[in-house]
Amino acid sequence: MSIEMIKIILLYFAFCVTLIMVIFVEMVKTNNLVFKYSRYNAESDEKEYFSALKDVNLSINKGEFIAILGHNGSGKSTLAKHMNALLTPTEGVVYVKGLNTKDENNTWEIRHLAGMVFQNPDNQIVAAVVEEDVAFGVENLGVPSEEIRERVDDALKWVNMYDFSKNTPSLLSGGQKQRIAIAGILAMKPECIIFDEATAMLDPIGRKEVMQAVIRLNREEGITVIFITHHMDEAVLADRVVVMEDGEIVLDDVPKKIFCQVEKLKSLALDVPQVTELASLLIKKGINLPNDIITIDEMADYLCRLK
Amino acid sequence: MKLNVTIGKYYPADSILHRLDPRVKLASTFAFIILLFVANDFWGYLLSGVSIFSVMLLSKIPLKFIFKGLRAVIFIILFTVVFNVFFVHGERVLFEFWIVRVTLEGVFTSIRLASRLVMLVLASSVLTLTTSPLQLTDGIEYGLKPLKKIGVPAHEIAMMMTIALRFIPTLMEEVDKISKAQMARGAEFDTGNIIDKAKAMVPLLVPLFISAFTRAEELAMAMEARCYRGDVGRTRMKVLKYTKSDYISSVLMVAFGSAIILIRVLL
Repeated sequence: MSIEMIKIILLYFAFCVTLIMVIFVEMVKTNNLVFKYSRYNAESDEKEYFSALKDVNLSINKGEFIAILGHNGSGKSTLAKHMNALLTPTEGVVYVKGLNTKDENNTWEIRHLAGMVFQNPDNQIVAAVVEEDVAFGVENLGVPSEEIRERVDDALKWVNMYDFSKNTPSLLSGGQKQRIAIAGILAMKPECIIFDEATAMLDPIGRKEVMQAVIRLNREEGITVIFITHHMDEAVLADRVVVMEDGEIVLDDVPKKIFCQVEKLKSLALDVPQVTELASLLIKKGINLPNDIITIDEMADYLCRLK
Repeated sequence: MKLNVTIGKYYPADSILHRLDPRVKLASTFAFIILLFVANDFWGYLLSGVSIFSVMLLSKIPLKFIFKGLRAVIFIILFTVVFNVFFVHGERVLFEFWIVRVTLEGVFTSIRLASRLVMLVLASSVLTLTTSPLQLTDGIEYGLKPLKKIGVPAHEIAMMMTIALRFIPTLMEEVDKISKAQMARGAEFDTGNIIDKAKAMVPLLVPLFISAFTRAEELAMAMEARCYRGDVGRTRMKVLKYTKSDYISSVLMVAFGSAIILIRVLL
């Protein structure tokens, strides 16, 4: 074999490796992530140290729709804040698209790549006019004025809020405000959006609006979605569910395999979707049903087959 | 409680003044107020009076609306008038009674001061009536930009104003919520004398402040998450641009200023 041939083969090999890396690059990866914080204890006059996260290893691929579940204080919000460098790890490392969050030179690139929507819609809107608020993030990126205009209009149309572009946010409903927050992130063209209990303060209609937008973000725009919630009905829609308990990941699987573990979830003080619970109760009564029913449609389907 | 909060007192209308660049309006108002203190005789005041009146007519805002602005300062004006009439002592005595002596100079001084105050208030009312708070904020940000070199935090001031405007309705809602919650526990806000009323505000203000701080913290985090880092490498969607009418009005303003100064120097 000639040297030329070997060179070509090596080149081809290198090309393939790069291609694979580009396609299957991990959006977010955490290695042995530990986060500790201190709190002053007035009684003993000492600083107490708490670990909010204990040795978290998680890797999220590009284009995934992942739900993070857990009850209050399980560390899920702390984990989310590590994913766009709002918090940096005490021990271990977090990579966002290969960038280490600990390196301060990466901070702005990471926050550009991974947008974040917070829980309280009122406390994340900056400007007194809808379109100005959507423009806020893009303005921070230093995009030329005409392009900002375009991106803002497109983002507002995408979330169906274009008619409200000149309104003041305080007169809008919770769901509408959250959609504006999404538009504000979308206009920045991120590759990943983290929703930190973004539906927790909304009424059922608002939640539905936001969930539809989230699903579209993932399916139509190919944006990686990390969705933190404690509503099981929302987690069901994800490709993958991670359950957290006391700063650790206890379950990590597709929704069907997570929610069929009714007893396990109950022991973690979490609910299961109503249909899943119904299915498990029916199975106990001796009715022949699969134990991984998670949506109402599936349930209806299986019940009809019983006849 | 119906929440109907209007910030400032912007009066939307379609006039040349409304369309003027906020920077020009701000600078002109500022210059006008300074010039009021330069003018010190009848002709100077007449010229200022005529100018401000013609500007008021140009603004297409009902005059009584503009004069409403005077109501807030009527007390100060009366106070100034009374003080000057009685305490400025000059040569030509109009009448004397016991220790009270009113002189012609005193009357003139008080008229001068009163008209100065009235015009000052009218000028600033015209500014706030024809410029929305948002435009004002933009005007301040752009207008102060040259001063950044000497350490004026232009962007920060404008950002603070933007956020304040944004949160006024939110905090008003909060006040409403808290006062209802406290009333449900037996708090009374509108009984008793003024001290009782002031004391009754404490259970309203403390929770309000606490929640405002929480909001501020969350907002700061949300802003950072959206790549905010001051005005480092920041661009704007809406860029202020001067138009023809802005240049014309600037020229007029300069002419007015020179006239006032000339009157002062020559007469």
